[in-house]
Amino acid sequence: MSGHSTYEPKTGLERWLDSRLPIIRFANDTIVSFPTPKNLNYWWTFGGVLSLMLGLQIVTGIILAMHYVPHVDYAFNSIQRIKRDVNYGWLVQSLHANGASMFFLAVYIHIFRNLYYGSYKAPREVLWILGCVIYLLMMATAFFGYVLPWGQMSFHGAVVITNLIGALPIVGPSITTWLWGGFAVDDPTLNRFFSLHYLLPFMIAGVVALHVWALHVPGNNNPTGVNVKSKEDTVPFHPYYTVKDGFAISVFLIMYAVFVFYLPDALGDAANYIQANPLQTPQHIVPEWYLLPFYAILRAVPNKLMGVILMFGAIATLFVLPWLDTSKVRSMRYRPTMRLYYFIFVFACLVLGWCGAHAPDDLVIPNVAGPQFLDANLNSFVWLSRIGALFYFAYFWVITPLMGLTETPLPEPESISTPVLSHPASAPAGAAASPEKRG
Amino acid sequence: MLRKGFAFAALGLALMAGPALAATTNEEPADVHWSFEGPFGKFDKEQLQRGYKVYREVCSACHSMNLMYFRNLGQKGGPFYDPKYPNPNNNPVVKSLAHDIQVKDIDSDTGDVISRPATPADKFPAPFANEPAARASNGGALPPDLSVMAKAREGGPAYIYSLLSGFKQAPAGLTLQAGKYYDPYFAGDLTGSWHGVAGKVPEGGAISMPPPLADGKVTFDDGKPSTVKEEAYDVSAFLAWAAEPKMEERKAFGLGAMIYLLIFSVLLYFSYKKIWKNVAH
Repeated sequence: MSGHSTYEPKTGLERWLDSRLPIIRFANDTIVSFPTPKNLNYWWTFGGVLSLMLGLQIVTGIILAMHYVPHVDYAFNSIQRIKRDVNYGWLVQSLHANGASMFFLAVYIHIFRNLYYGSYKAPREVLWILGCVIYLLMMATAFFGYVLPWGQMSFHGAVVITNLIGALPIVGPSITTWLWGGFAVDDPTLNRFFSLHYLLPFMIAGVVALHVWALHVPGNNNPTGVNVKSKEDTVPFHPYYTVKDGFAISVFLIMYAVFVFYLPDALGDAANYIQANPLQTPQHIVPEWYLLPFYAILRAVPNKLMGVILMFGAIATLFVLPWLDTSKVRSMRYRPTMRLYYFIFVFACLVLGWCGAHAPDDLVIPNVAGPQFLDANLNSFVWLSRIGALFYFAYFWVITPLMGLTETPLPEPESISTPVLSHPASAPAGAAASPEKRG
Repeated sequence: MLRKGFAFAALGLALMAGPALAATTNEEPADVHWSFEGPFGKFDKEQLQRGYKVYREVCSACHSMNLMYFRNLGQKGGPFYDPKYPNPNNNPVVKSLAHDIQVKDIDSDTGDVISRPATPADKFPAPFANEPAARASNGGALPPDLSVMAKAREGGPAYIYSLLSGFKQAPAGLTLQAGKYYDPYFAGDLTGSWHGVAGKVPEGGAISMPPPLADGKVTFDDGKPSTVKEEAYDVSAFLAWAAEPKMEERKAFGLGAMIYLLIFSVLLYFSYKKIWKNVAH
């Protein structure tokens, strides 16, 4: 798919520019004529959603930075001032705070779609790794951003997470002090977190550019996982996918707007409306919902260092996934057994998130005193987190490599067009979707 | 601080065998109905006016509202908003309410600290000069700032209402320290003060605030009978407004945004159907 270019400069100015900086050609090849498999379902629209969210977060963030004061004495009140006295500040702040959640919601759907349809496999490994880098940068950005309002959760969350580095042997405490810029989370920490929170989104934008570049060399994967064989299999990106993505983005924005306008605090924690007080630790320190599964993995392990290693390992695992998967079949449509494990995996991630929101010693089933097993109650969130974490790692390191070697996949279609054309429901009207289409 | 941080991390991260950390308990806030609930809900201006009076005459003796300015009272959506005065600084009611309160200032000629009547541009003055002064006057406890209190507690205004109207005589078996009061809605752990049947520790906590409201404590200008419940209800609504004075603007804007997005989505859907009409997929 690379190397195609249907762009023909029409005016003298375009020809002049095209032989010097072919930027219009680039734009044309990327978002206009780019041949895209015609069978992409709605799960594929989240790439567009994510680009929009990144843009929105950057724009709203730049406006907020004009009014925000990164100082321990003023940060909390400056956010309130934005919401009370800045024209439409309540809107910009709500868009930004809820935007972070929407951004993560979209990225999780994007990642799970990728896992289901095997998009990370050859020749898209670099594309996948760049995506993992973006995800990692997003987590760092979100963490720094959550500290900025300087509420109780901001502060104590920052204490917990920066203390994790202290678990590293020998160098840990020194690195922590260096990160803090002092001997505790304090004004220097807030200042550097603000600086980094402003920097990282532009790094994300840079990696997104590489991500899109890496997408445009092999082109999109598709729900069948079968390579594009001919021109029949594709449609130009514009207008076909601009309109389809546009529709999906608009629906996504409706959900986003429900939070921004009607539930602005639903995804946040009430404790973050209390100004940070280092001397008063909240009873339960919980991260934002999108980091809960990793928090559960961290707390599933009795040893702090091991917990940290496993938590980062959970993300590091994603980077090597293309080489853990031994199956040549991309789409889980043709891997019925693996598909089952996949859905258990999705469930395990949700369970881990649920565990992360609870104190480790809380009972999973209330009022049932489960038996003590090793160091904790079997009916506590500790053990549920351990089971979830075990499945998380087993899915990537055991199930994925073994299934590829042992399973018998269903026959794949010859090309993208074959299942479509041979399908009785797919009249030329194109209104009926194929039944297995997951949209 | 450093040690505290590490100690916390150790607590949070290490799995503890044996007894769990003592957990606080409290009764669920009462199910109260508010005029500002739901996507179209608005503040009841009369209620906010009564609520302001409760705050001014009762709460403000101990609690600051550092994020509030007198002008806020007359801004759009506020308790004393008057369309005749789009600039709340000109609103005579707000001016007079501010004028009733003395604020500290610096005499610009002499540099002396003086007291003068407030103007709409002034902040609500804090009752205490600083935290130690506040603690000294309140048996060591710090009365929290109320500006965003309605958002800073689970349950919001319903929690505040329940807390204020929910004070109870400490049940038999509960021995509280002097200067502590029993409130089942206040999150706390009363295990240490409980001498009754083991395992039947009452829900709730010991709060340092004495029951602040009483029947007839405030005389409402609109003649509404001032029961404890009514006072608690109105001041909770006032605090809900103070925590988010732009709530009505948010909901009104949201309605427009939702209508716009719905129409836009429908148009895009039919464009999508039209463009893809001849593509089998």
